[in-house]
Amino acid sequence: MSVEFDRKIHETLTDANLQLAIYGSTARLKQGRIDTVGALPDYQELRTQANAVKKHAIENLDYYLEEFERNVEARGGKVVYCKDGTEVSDFVLGLAKEKDARLIVKSKSMTTEEVDLNERLEHHGLESVETDLGEYILQLAHEKPYHIVAPALHKTRYDVADIFTENLHVPRETVIEKQTALARSVLREKFLAADIGISGANFLVADSGAVVIIENEGNARLTTSAPKVHIAVAGIEKVIPRAQDLAVFLKLLARSATGQLLSVYTSFLAGPRRPGEVDGPDEFYVVLLDNGRTKLLPDRSKRQSLYCIRCGACLNTCPVYRKIGGHSFPWVYSGPIGAILTPQFMGVSHEPGLPFASSLCGACGEVCPVKIDIPKILLELRSDVKKSETREKQNRLEKLAFRAFAWLMTHPMLYELAGRVAASMAPSADGRWINRVPPLMNLPPVKAWLSQRDLPPPPSRSFRELWRLR
Amino acid sequence: MSRENILHRVRTALGRSAGQPAAEPPPPRIVVPVVEIEARIASMRTRVEALAGKTMRAPSPEAACALVAAELDGRTAVASNAPFLAECGIAALPGVQSGITDREELRQACAVADVGITSADYALADTGTLVMIASPAEARLVSLLPPAHIAVVPSGRILTGLDELFAVVPQPAEVTSSMVLITGPSRTADIEQFLVRGVHGPGAIAVVIVG
Repeated sequence: MSVEFDRKIHETLTDANLQLAIYGSTARLKQGRIDTVGALPDYQELRTQANAVKKHAIENLDYYLEEFERNVEARGGKVVYCKDGTEVSDFVLGLAKEKDARLIVKSKSMTTEEVDLNERLEHHGLESVETDLGEYILQLAHEKPYHIVAPALHKTRYDVADIFTENLHVPRETVIEKQTALARSVLREKFLAADIGISGANFLVADSGAVVIIENEGNARLTTSAPKVHIAVAGIEKVIPRAQDLAVFLKLLARSATGQLLSVYTSFLAGPRRPGEVDGPDEFYVVLLDNGRTKLLPDRSKRQSLYCIRCGACLNTCPVYRKIGGHSFPWVYSGPIGAILTPQFMGVSHEPGLPFASSLCGACGEVCPVKIDIPKILLELRSDVKKSETREKQNRLEKLAFRAFAWLMTHPMLYELAGRVAASMAPSADGRWINRVPPLMNLPPVKAWLSQRDLPPPPSRSFRELWRLR
Repeated sequence: MSRENILHRVRTALGRSAGQPAAEPPPPRIVVPVVEIEARIASMRTRVEALAGKTMRAPSPEAACALVAAELDGRTAVASNAPFLAECGIAALPGVQSGITDREELRQACAVADVGITSADYALADTGTLVMIASPAEARLVSLLPPAHIAVVPSGRILTGLDELFAVVPQPAEVTSSMVLITGPSRTADIEQFLVRGVHGPGAIAVVIVG
């Protein structure tokens, strides 16, 4: 585990207000999912179908990407393949220059967070404004999303008041309705003045050449219909074969994410506005981003990580996420899905502790609407981490310790003797747990291990002794 | 060029070759229940109201017009170019602007109007959803920019749910550049999970079911 990972976890664990915020928000989202999924009699059949469709789409990915591309172009749109963030920003910058555009409005997109698109565009003098309320707050505060669907989960109304006062130069306002109204009026101006709208995409529909965008606020609808140019940025794994598959995915997504039957707005967008349509964009672009996704494809087991529809259900149910929060995770994706995506996108040595930051309780796999076997992939990644560490020979001491332990365990007499010695040296036990250990035992690396664990005192008679007396 | 590069990487990883057709996909899962019209209407009303929307039922187009006039109560409105709104007489109500075909003019009108009035191509009973298919008759911004939205929907347009929608419109892209499903008023819970309605879209929604 890196020092940074360890530090952020401790910061989160010792912040009582933050603990309360994470616990409360995830509990509400989790309960919402339980209530609405429980009311679906065919929930398991829907999961099975969703998994089968995603598996099929990924296994024939090149076919569906090309079909998608053909259909987008048949409707007057354009598809641009990008291998990384530099290519995405180069494309947007080129288009902005061609259109003489200055102001870009953005709706929520984890994919653009991956490649720091806002920072890249702003570096070149463009104004790129996040319009989802949570994302807007975070953009002003220069922070990354804390949660896949509830990005500003860690901010209280008082934090928001400080952020708005400092950045928008308005009187301090702590009433949530008024804060929301303020953001609405500031952002409404931006929508009406923007030259380009950039959105993400929840699904790319191959047989239609359409992008599907799901949201509650209406900012994605404004982003995709007010400006004259709409650019949707999506990972290549988002493609599904048919519009009819949406009947399954839409039933699962909102229920799993927020406990709604459907999110407020589901936009199915196929190309620029057509002759006679009064409004809508004149130009429609879809950026298909790789950014490491093709690295996940060769492994037949781990490629299922790409089925993810970003509902966030695994975060809300994860006992680890609910304690260590979103910002402890080293990349934009947090929780169990982050623990399997990050090592595969960034390499296992990016944060070797990540696949181990799990109790392997299996809850994430249980709630996943597309049935990604997250616990299995975590185990496979642990194995990958260990293999790479062995290669780096970083664990000589640990190996030695385990060899000594194995030797002791295979010599019963010595084992018993060691047990008696330990019991006779037993430090004082106050009640049920040892609370002081002899200074000699309390040295690194044992000290770090002990600081996180409670030890019961050794019994006066060992099990083996009791067995002999039976 | 990245296109060729990415597609090549995908094919190599999957053991596929260029131009190879896809394997047989799993059949789509579309299950349309049979629900009689009154039950569909009742479900639609329950769901919309559960989301803090308002519903009304009008026996005739004339009655719908009267309900909309009462709901407007002197507020200004932009009505879409849906023939059904004209048929009901709603487009001709005082304070209601309709028949706009220019994008800029529509933007200006929607930015200042108190209410946007539309019809809906379909509604989904089991979720309380309005299905808006963009066309010369229905612009996108009418149901989006004004702070309140009134939708006037013939009862026969109420489908059971998503499955029936995708059975009736299996290829939405063939008929429109934009199909939007609206389920309740615009909302956010981004600050402390506290629900606020009307963040970017309309904070109030009223559905008038005709017939």
